[in-house]
Amino acid sequence: MTVTAPSATTTPDRAGTRRPPALGGFSAPVLGIEIRRVLRNRRTLVFILVMPAVFFLLFGLPQRGQNLDNGLPVTAWIMISLAVYAAMVATTSAGAAVATERALGWSRQLRLTPLRPAAYVATKVATAMVLGLLGVLVEFAVGAASGVRMPAHVWIESGLTAWIGSLVFAALGLFVGYLAPAENVMQFMGPVLAILAMLGGLFVPLEILPHAMQQIAKFTPVYGVGELARSPLTGAGVDWAAVGNVAAWTAFFGLGAARLFRRDTTRV
Amino acid sequence: MTDTPPAVELAGLTKTFGPVTAVDGLSLRIEPGEVVAFLGPNGAGKTTTVDMLLGLARPDAGTVRLFGGTPGDAVRLGRVAAVMQTGGLLKDLTVAETVRMTAHFYGQSRPAAEVLERAGIADIADRAVGKCSGGQQQRLRFALALLPDPDLMVLDEPTTGMDVEGRRDFWQAIRADARSGRTVLFATHYLDEADAYADRIVLVRQGRVVADGTTAEIKNLAAGRVVRATLPGADQTALAALPGVQSVEVRGEAVLVHTEDSDVVARHLLTRTDARDLEITSRNLEDAFLALTAAA
Repeated sequence: MTVTAPSATTTPDRAGTRRPPALGGFSAPVLGIEIRRVLRNRRTLVFILVMPAVFFLLFGLPQRGQNLDNGLPVTAWIMISLAVYAAMVATTSAGAAVATERALGWSRQLRLTPLRPAAYVATKVATAMVLGLLGVLVEFAVGAASGVRMPAHVWIESGLTAWIGSLVFAALGLFVGYLAPAENVMQFMGPVLAILAMLGGLFVPLEILPHAMQQIAKFTPVYGVGELARSPLTGAGVDWAAVGNVAAWTAFFGLGAARLFRRDTTRV
Repeated sequence: MTDTPPAVELAGLTKTFGPVTAVDGLSLRIEPGEVVAFLGPNGAGKTTTVDMLLGLARPDAGTVRLFGGTPGDAVRLGRVAAVMQTGGLLKDLTVAETVRMTAHFYGQSRPAAEVLERAGIADIADRAVGKCSGGQQQRLRFALALLPDPDLMVLDEPTTGMDVEGRRDFWQAIRADARSGRTVLFATHYLDEADAYADRIVLVRQGRVVADGTTAEIKNLAAGRVVRATLPGADQTALAALPGVQSVEVRGEAVLVHTEDSDVVARHLLTRTDARDLEITSRNLEDAFLALTAAA
């Protein structure tokens, strides 16, 4: 069979050589610019890096010398809790940045580029996770410098759990970001996160709260991550209720964000 | 026969917002390489049309084809780029960062330094976007639109809110760019911009195309000249019967004759009547614009 090629394309445009971007536009250089952008923002730095560290110095250090039942220091318990707090604030604020970008009309501008919406969200999640890791590392560095000592496997396991667990809050940030296109969404989310952290037992042990509060607290989104991150330290083993808590909230925020995201991108 | 599909093909485009029909069965075909002004008063449906053309809004009826494909296809391949009226920039990035970041969203793009240069903002590359003037931000949007080296460039009221100097600088940048073969469609309500920068003017009113042609053709549409003279008791019927006369109007002692052939009217008035103080004025694009876009 002979196929006759259509008469030579002499059009001046370069239609034939044009191609869409690899990975829908997700790329390391963009991630680099995004991260630098966040690190340039002094307010963000204060909230995700400075404040959790200061909390440790204020509330952790006075507990120095006290030990948990298994002989490990109480300061380690506080340090891990605050590392979870640092990571959750970091990932939430990075996710919620979509609110600002929608308010500014940047999302609309992006729709005039080949960047795929999924690549945009992936960039936001990756940025969130880099910031979350930074939050955990800074908290651990401050703790170590202040004399917190614990077995190497606890540093690693607790650190990784605090970090990976903060994915829940990247999803929360995106969820809120797609819910409210406002430039100052973190002014509202900051206090909300503090309350969630309190209920999740990051600031004080849940045991000192009234019984009814404790029962409610176990169903709030921070509780699971906090419990799991501290379990290598306390030796409590895997608490399936905590795993269930993390899974349920990740699904809730993740699906909620996905649903709002779809509404946002199909709205033409 | 039709080797090259048109750059833009809008057919029966309609969009309503509640009781308001913003775009009303608008059809338009633009061939590759044309520079077209989409001219109309505020509220004529220009921005809504541009939004549908770019795939940012879905038409209630009608179709949009860019280079024979959907707007989405054209966007994905970087064949179309747009400079929109407002918003769309991150204030905390620098000018250069915004360009570098956006460059990575395309399959292939021109170098950042080149588009900054062509948009005339290389000197403010390190400035934070939030600290740039409206005109500088608009040239940044233009730089971003240059990145994919698009076959079709759409500009929606690109100089709204700019001062005279800003407008001049912006159009200088656009003009300096004028890559041969690039199709340009710009919406504007400034007559002088349409007159100065477009090969073709599409005049819209109430969501419809009311005139379409070269600048000269559009001027001719509302065309002709007005011959005015002082002539008490003018014979209107005789004047109206002259070749080329469109209308005759009497205002007190003065008579105004709208005509396509002012010579015939002038000769008649001066040789066959007692007319004096004769004046001939030609209508300009503004008259055409007003005549064609005035609410029916």
